[in-house]
Amino acid sequence: MSDILLRGTGVETFYGKIQALKGIDFEVRNGEIATLIGSNGAGKSTLMMTIFGSPRARSGKIEFDGHDITQLPTHDIARRGIAQSPEGRRIFPRMTVLENLQMGATVNKMAFFDEDVGQVYKLFPILEKRSMQRAGTLSGGEQQMLAIGRALMARPRLLLLDEPSLGLAPIIVKAIFEAIRELNASRGLSVFLVEQNAFHALRLAHRAYVMVNGRITMTGTGKELLAKPEVRAAYLEGGH
Amino acid sequence: MAATAKDTAFKAESRNLSPQEIARDLIGTAIITLLLLIPIVFYRTVMNQGTLLLQTRLPLVLGLTAAVVVGRLLLHLFVWQRAPEAGRASTASATRTDWRETVGKWIGPAMLVAAIFLPWIVQFIPGWERRGLGIAIYIMSYIMLAWGLNIVVGLAGLLDLGYVAFYAVGAYTYALLTTVYMPLWFGEGIVPWTFYIVLPLAGLLAALWGVILGFPVLRLRGDYLAIVTLAFGEIIRLVLINWFWFTKGPQGINVPKATFFGLPFADEPGSFSDFFGIPYNRLHFFFFLYYVILGLALLTYAMTNRLRRLPIGRAWEALREDEIACRALGINTTSTKLTAFAIGAMFGGFSGSFFAARQGFVSPESFVYIESALILAIVVLGGLGSQLGIVFAAILIMGSFELFRELGFLQAILPEGVEPIQFRMLCVGLGMVLMMRFRPRGLVTRRDPTVYLKEKKAVSADLVSQGHG
Repeated sequence: MSDILLRGTGVETFYGKIQALKGIDFEVRNGEIATLIGSNGAGKSTLMMTIFGSPRARSGKIEFDGHDITQLPTHDIARRGIAQSPEGRRIFPRMTVLENLQMGATVNKMAFFDEDVGQVYKLFPILEKRSMQRAGTLSGGEQQMLAIGRALMARPRLLLLDEPSLGLAPIIVKAIFEAIRELNASRGLSVFLVEQNAFHALRLAHRAYVMVNGRITMTGTGKELLAKPEVRAAYLEGGH
Repeated sequence: MAATAKDTAFKAESRNLSPQEIARDLIGTAIITLLLLIPIVFYRTVMNQGTLLLQTRLPLVLGLTAAVVVGRLLLHLFVWQRAPEAGRASTASATRTDWRETVGKWIGPAMLVAAIFLPWIVQFIPGWERRGLGIAIYIMSYIMLAWGLNIVVGLAGLLDLGYVAFYAVGAYTYALLTTVYMPLWFGEGIVPWTFYIVLPLAGLLAALWGVILGFPVLRLRGDYLAIVTLAFGEIIRLVLINWFWFTKGPQGINVPKATFFGLPFADEPGSFSDFFGIPYNRLHFFFFLYYVILGLALLTYAMTNRLRRLPIGRAWEALREDEIACRALGINTTSTKLTAFAIGAMFGGFSGSFFAARQGFVSPESFVYIESALILAIVVLGGLGSQLGIVFAAILIMGSFELFRELGFLQAILPEGVEPIQFRMLCVGLGMVLMMRFRPRGLVTRRDPTVYLKEKKAVSADLVSQGHG
């Protein structure tokens, strides 16, 4: 088994004629948090979705654990051990919190359901209180926690998080990032985090990428990028 | 919750109008009513010795306007003129929930018991012995159809306007196999038994057609899906009309009615009554039909309920909520959609087969678009996904259709040539409008969770009104 869990080489994605990703190279190693920061429309979410095969990359290659997953259908990619907390959370609003978590356990056929629900409730205690409530009635922060919890139910080897801080109060953002750090530190879960909230994301990350207009412009450890004046100027202005 | 309480309080306050405001409102009402009535009621065309004359009906228009204005005045005086009661809404909803919990628990079993004894109950109503049973069978077959469509529309969220196609497939499967193919393959002796053999086959064949419809529409959702399914329903009907040598086209096919495990319902030796040594009664056949359709409907109910708790049923509901999230969670949305179409269609096929065996005659006439629309109306009125709501809605819609047949006495006050029965669609439309105003999510909005942690607790939509519509 290689040390590299997820590797993309020369990934190009198009929406019709518009090229959203212009040859992206990236990697996520086992047990690390990698982050991708960039402004609106840089192509961050497109990369997340491309990893998941929807839309598919027109050229380039995405490998997960040494296997080419570029052309696989989305549900097969999920079954290989990548879970996603998608942008905008996409929880199932009319189903209860517990049912949402159940859907997350689809890939392992609910084999570890009780145990995993316990784990998720330990990580986010508020979800236990809400477990019989319709997910659509949760607050934004709770919905984000549910989206992450639902992804964890699949016992993934790699967790993709697309803007988990979107639209949340600073204190909730802090709690969410703390949970991500905790997951990585205690369980060794590999995380690929896409964020606009560069400060939090870079502080957390072992490896970081900056994306501008569909290209990776800078790479380094989180701390290195955090120290770079051009990163500070472009993404940390105004202070978070 | 706080926001909605404030909202209602505000509405109640604003209803406290002064006399001038009421007068202004009434004048406005009168103008709008007149504007509406002039094109609809004022003119009337009369054929007079080959020429078309235009007749005006001013007194009628004025009378109707006066009625509307007086009605609105009464509403102003007695219904809307109420002081806002602060805090009333929240306490009322709390007690109401308790009341609903208990009713909700008992209503299902109570209705089941009522359904089982219904054929005997109607025997005590003079003049309704046969008719009551007939209506019960009629309503029950719509309940079953709506429960079947509920899988596709209510659970999986796939708007299907061509459901009647599967009903037709089931009916024609029964008709063609019973009259032509089964006797051809196995000899005439099989005919009394065909209902029991063909029923599962009809379900399977309809399910196959469900998959055939499902494939091309996999990528469609919402309104686009609705249009394609609508076209599918029409295609099936047109094929039935035009494929003459196979389906006998618009002439239809006479089919033998269902038998009691080979024993026909007739006044002859070897029949049901003869075998059991009881005097022949036409009602036996209706009792039999009622219990067959009740059994089929309960099968639909039980299977749907079971499926909801299985991975596939949960996947349907998740699919209705968010297709992209489903795929990201490793759900194969293709097979999920196809199974929803197939299983929904299967129940349509069952009831189609039952329809043919009950009617003794099938023709494309019975499978027009309005049937699909009615079944969909039942599902929507009942509350998408709610099986109990569908029962109420079916009784309400189909029952009111039958009720209009009983309103012959109204003939006396209606103008000549207008029969009460002509108003039935109008009333269904009115019912739908009222529903959209007062219960936009259908009669029963309660949805039982499929998984519980410790204590059982239903989630009422009234408690959590802000969710996704």
